[in-house]
Amino acid sequence: MTGSPAVAAPRTRRLPRLDSAILVPLGAALLLLYLVAFPLAMLILGSVSVQGEPTKGLTLGNYAETYSDPTTYRLLANSVLYAFGSSLLALTLGTGLAWIVERTNTPARRAFFALSLVPLIVPGVVSTIAWIFLLSGQIGVVNRVLMTLFGLDTAPFDVFSLGGMMWAEGLHLSPLVFLFMSAAFKSMDPSLEESALTSGSGTWRTLRRVTLPILLPGFASATLIMFVRGLESFEVPRLIGVPARVPVFTSTIYDQLHEYPADYGGAGALAVGLLAISAIGVWLYQRLTRRAERYATVTGKAFRPRVLDLGRWRYAALAILLVYFLLIIGLPFGILLFASFIPFYIPSLDMLSKLTLDNYRFALEHPSVRDGVRNSLLLGTTAATVTMALTAVIAWITTKTKIRGRGTLDFLAFVPIAIPGLILGVSFILQYLSPAFRFLPIYGTLWILVIAYTTKYLPYGMRTNSSAMLQIHRELEEASAVSGASWWMMFRRITLPLLRPALVAGWLYIFIVSVRELSASVLLVTSESTVLAIVIFDLFESGKSNAVAALSVMLIITLILVVLAVQRITGRFGIKE
Amino acid sequence: MDVLRVEGLRKTFTTDQGGVRAVEDVTFTVEEGRFYTLLGPSGCGKTTTLRSIAGLERPEGGTIRLGETLLSGNGHFTPPQARDVGMVFQSYAIWPHMSVFQNVAFPLDAAKPRPSRAETERAVTEALALVGLEGLEDRPAPQLSGGQQQRLALARALVRKPKLLLLDEPLSNLDAKLRERMRIELRELQRRLHITTVYVTHDQIEALFLSHRIAVMRDGRIVQEASPREIYASPHSGFVADFVGIGTFVAGELQGDGVRALGGIVRCARVEEVRPGEPALLVLRPENITVRDQRADVPNEFPGTLRVAAFLGDHLDCLVEVGDTLIRARAHPGTELRREQQVFVELPLRYCVALPDDGWRPRALSRSFEEDE
Repeated sequence: MTGSPAVAAPRTRRLPRLDSAILVPLGAALLLLYLVAFPLAMLILGSVSVQGEPTKGLTLGNYAETYSDPTTYRLLANSVLYAFGSSLLALTLGTGLAWIVERTNTPARRAFFALSLVPLIVPGVVSTIAWIFLLSGQIGVVNRVLMTLFGLDTAPFDVFSLGGMMWAEGLHLSPLVFLFMSAAFKSMDPSLEESALTSGSGTWRTLRRVTLPILLPGFASATLIMFVRGLESFEVPRLIGVPARVPVFTSTIYDQLHEYPADYGGAGALAVGLLAISAIGVWLYQRLTRRAERYATVTGKAFRPRVLDLGRWRYAALAILLVYFLLIIGLPFGILLFASFIPFYIPSLDMLSKLTLDNYRFALEHPSVRDGVRNSLLLGTTAATVTMALTAVIAWITTKTKIRGRGTLDFLAFVPIAIPGLILGVSFILQYLSPAFRFLPIYGTLWILVIAYTTKYLPYGMRTNSSAMLQIHRELEEASAVSGASWWMMFRRITLPLLRPALVAGWLYIFIVSVRELSASVLLVTSESTVLAIVIFDLFESGKSNAVAALSVMLIITLILVVLAVQRITGRFGIKE
Repeated sequence: MDVLRVEGLRKTFTTDQGGVRAVEDVTFTVEEGRFYTLLGPSGCGKTTTLRSIAGLERPEGGTIRLGETLLSGNGHFTPPQARDVGMVFQSYAIWPHMSVFQNVAFPLDAAKPRPSRAETERAVTEALALVGLEGLEDRPAPQLSGGQQQRLALARALVRKPKLLLLDEPLSNLDAKLRERMRIELRELQRRLHITTVYVTHDQIEALFLSHRIAVMRDGRIVQEASPREIYASPHSGFVADFVGIGTFVAGELQGDGVRALGGIVRCARVEEVRPGEPALLVLRPENITVRDQRADVPNEFPGTLRVAAFLGDHLDCLVEVGDTLIRARAHPGTELRREQQVFVELPLRYCVALPDDGWRPRALSRSFEEDE
């Protein structure tokens, strides 16, 4: 080598090297800023603008009008009550179930673990519709059966009530709590309990003084996340809450944007209020889990938990499990199956003589169904790919470098978890319909949905990618640099292949939730850019309930098959590595 | 000329555990084709120095030159991928998603211009033959044993025929037998290829066995640099003496050409930078001390009691209590010595060198500093 260092030195000092090591992470960081910070800024700006349009002048009128109106506080009360009730139900069911599955000797409990994941695949709009079929005062099957059995004159249940809303949402959220709490039960060191027992403390006292305090952080964080989920839910408030005349934040914001003229400013002010409540919940959750994680690193191994011998009671526990799965899978799926094969919906066994495939034919031939399926598949794959690719780079920055500002990037990528889907939709409307964005006319196309989904699912991509990234030994990447590889070659040939299991898992998750997505899409689709969940929603609103049932059955079966197939494929990869 | 010159290297940083580590003013030269070892306990700055040479750390000051090329310093910094070096990491850093062939071929794929397929294959085969892994090209890398992974890492570091080979504690993850074998192979390979090599270790046996020159580091500085023989025989301080071998430390005040200790005066052949009246230190290697059951009337002979005499096959490991000092010595395995008998130890004059006492004392009887790691 005969390079002249004296000449090379001053040139490199002034200009940083513009190679892939700088350009790709910088681009990803800017993109993240655009995806998250911009819509939020536009939402806040819109909420203090005349008619939500900054060019028409700034005003605090939207807030004054919204928050001086007593109906806003009724909304607030309804929203909080609804979120509280549904999360309480979800927590009770989910925790009880997790305890039975993880800590008792109930027969067949392992099989229930796999079964409990199935409801996570079912779109909220589908399970909501199923519960309307089951519990409606007029057409609810459960009501009819009970009335016939006990000779009642009136229906014992009415899904169109605050209680009905809590029931439908609570059941829908319970599998998530189950996952949370079984993780908490699993990571609990049984020797903590055993040492209490050997110190002469009785079973009940041990439960109260040792077990519960240890589980408290996990339980509290599950509570918060369920509360936020309840607040931001849209399907139940729209399909059950509106006919029941129980308006909450989300359903009201939707109405304000769908009446004429649309009240963008008022919707913005309301949206900022909901966003603030949700943000506080997520902030508390963050603080709690951070402490819990620190605790977990000390004892966070997989333990074999102490299993309680229930004796004869274990059959009672089995009965509880069976009833739960009847409620969460059996009844909803059964009623959809039933409704999908009959020409019009009457909750009577006489209909079994009129079985037909017309609903499936109708669903498959309906043009918007075909559009919706195609768009949802396209959006699911695109959003999953873009999100995983983007968060892979961002996670690399936050876990592998010491660049200043990486904490901010981590925070930005986490922010969307606090943004309810509908609020994200409002922000995107305010952003992309504003004259400032006339150069980017993507409103009403699939592009705006790709961007919305990517924003919404950034936190999920980040979580899978960064925890996997931390597992990659630093020297594996350094060996690449010392071998003469550029940053891009290293990222492409070393980092990404090593991340593959996480990438596949994250991709699949985002694909599934994208196909289920409704609340962010509902404000952003047009008849050309419609998606599957919206098609189901619209068909139901226009009274085509049997076609909706047929479509839902097909959707659920397809999604389960996709999950099984991908798990089979990744399982094979797993063995190979 | 593949000479490595490191001058005035400085680097401070906080470790993940929160401690501050630093390299301060490290200067050394590795002549072409030589095997140079940075030896020291954990946290002494040896790995930071090596990583700065590789370009994995950005030094705050000083220069690093390889031949005529400035790698780092004077406001210039060549990133690792542009340096002509090969490196073997402590963890081997074998890429688990690649085959043996793909691992070794990677540095060639990264080269510009990229060599042809045939050239790549030839170079990979050659590198694998060099380390004795021929025929394993298609094996998935994770299926190799620890020793084979070690060889693979070496093949990958050598395949581009770099000007400089960097080795970061490459033998520390192997079991004792394998480590000894790899030590021999590594030595032979380096001597054969005549590649300029920098080696980092905390194991003094490895350092003595492999190196042309050894630099002992402590707290971010080089405290002594010399050939293995010299560093063992004439350490400049208690720290270095303790680090490169076993020995009994005898501390006392310097009086004339001797040290007041062991209930008398130990006469010294040489006195280094200590003035009369100041504290001085004698380091006595066990193999240099003679133990007899009778007085021989030689200089530096002290009576003592034999406390331990353990048969170790090739020698008798003895601990003799002289005054309140326990002296470790080696006796011929055939010597008839019994525990608790009176003996006489001779500290031969030519091995007695008075050093300034740096306060360092040997860590029990352990030979290795691995406990620090």
